[in-house]
Amino acid sequence: MQPTVLLGTRKGFLAWHFSKNRWQVENLSFEGLPVSIAYADSRTGTWWACLDHGHWGVKLHRSADRGKTWEEVKAPAYPEGEEIKEGIPAATRYIWAMANGGKTFNSRLWIGTDPGGLFLSEDAGNNFELVESLWKHPTRKDGWFGGGRDQPGIHSIVVDPRNENRIHIGISCAGVFETNDAGKTWAIRNKGMRADFLPDPNAETGYDPHILVAAPSDPDILWQQNHCGIFRSTDGAKNWIDVGETDGPARFGFAMAVADDNPDQAWVAPANSDMTRTAVQGALCICRTDDGGKSWKALRKGLPQENCFDIVYRHALAASGDALVFGTTTGNLFFSPDRGENWKVLSNYLPMVYSVQFTD
Amino acid sequence: MKRFFSGLKETTAQGTSLKEILNEMDTNYPGIKSYIVDEQGSLRKHVNIFIDGQLISDRTSLSDPFSKSSEIYIMQALSGG
Repeated sequence: MQPTVLLGTRKGFLAWHFSKNRWQVENLSFEGLPVSIAYADSRTGTWWACLDHGHWGVKLHRSADRGKTWEEVKAPAYPEGEEIKEGIPAATRYIWAMANGGKTFNSRLWIGTDPGGLFLSEDAGNNFELVESLWKHPTRKDGWFGGGRDQPGIHSIVVDPRNENRIHIGISCAGVFETNDAGKTWAIRNKGMRADFLPDPNAETGYDPHILVAAPSDPDILWQQNHCGIFRSTDGAKNWIDVGETDGPARFGFAMAVADDNPDQAWVAPANSDMTRTAVQGALCICRTDDGGKSWKALRKGLPQENCFDIVYRHALAASGDALVFGTTTGNLFFSPDRGENWKVLSNYLPMVYSVQFTD
Repeated sequence: MKRFFSGLKETTAQGTSLKEILNEMDTNYPGIKSYIVDEQGSLRKHVNIFIDGQLISDRTSLSDPFSKSSEIYIMQALSGG
């Protein structure tokens, strides 16, 4: 297990650290400010805080000393004159995903935003440029729309470690897109998905993959917690199959994580239907599959089982070795040392948790 | 705003338009413009600008007139929880 957990919360950036057999808060930064994503670049150890000021716009800060000091860098910005749709100017409304470009491209960073722009930095984050090919994709203006947020947003960026120019992204609502040339061209990868909320559930775009993740041990196996089920692909996103439960809780939700060492083992954090967005039957559980989604087991030991309203946002569940951690909408933080079999509370008094990430 | 720009204080500016004044402020306090307007130059949703006590009306292109001795006051909306 990596011993640090970064949290992006509604009221600040937090780092929890595990040593001498206990978890402690190592760092609190940006107290009072919404942090949409707290991100650690595993290549450099740099921490990133994506801020969503209520008043002053989206801002980006980085720290080279584990949060002791921070430096503001220019946040991704849309070129002058760009529009979301006809007559609606495009400006960065939210940073919803961050990923490093891999070991081959050690100065490369990707950022996904609302209203649907993907940004690329080739200089370690000093400057981010809009990826024009995706922004000008013929489906964008008419085939993408807001889901979870008012405008379309890129919340998932999955870089293939075998070929770091190959990237899958998840967009709500548009679906999954793939590039094999670092963003010059894009293919739509929505085959097999459903969009039950659309007049045509099999449309080309308009799908709502709440989160997209790849198996670290086999990156051709991708998973998504989708608005309309849990989908899995074994061929690099070319085809998707719904592996969610028909009657059990593993169906609707936002977050998903895959085991480091087993592409068939994954976890989801179920929520009540899209009508209420609360814990299923007032009880919190994490569901795990060990067989590629053929069956799911609800893991509840140590989690509240009555009068519970918590759900888990899309970036707020993470796995590292045998360890799992998740934070909830009502500010609870839970940790499992054994792949979800047992849970313990790390805190009941946090702000709403937007993101969690294990790091060194 | 002083939380992010610790040296911020009342400043005399020479610009003849709000855009010019914001650019001047950005020279004095690098990055501050991006806190007040977005990348398309529109006033951020929860920020207000008053000229001589009057709320500006053009939030998109910031064309409201003012005179040489005008006082320009920038405030954030009071909201949240």
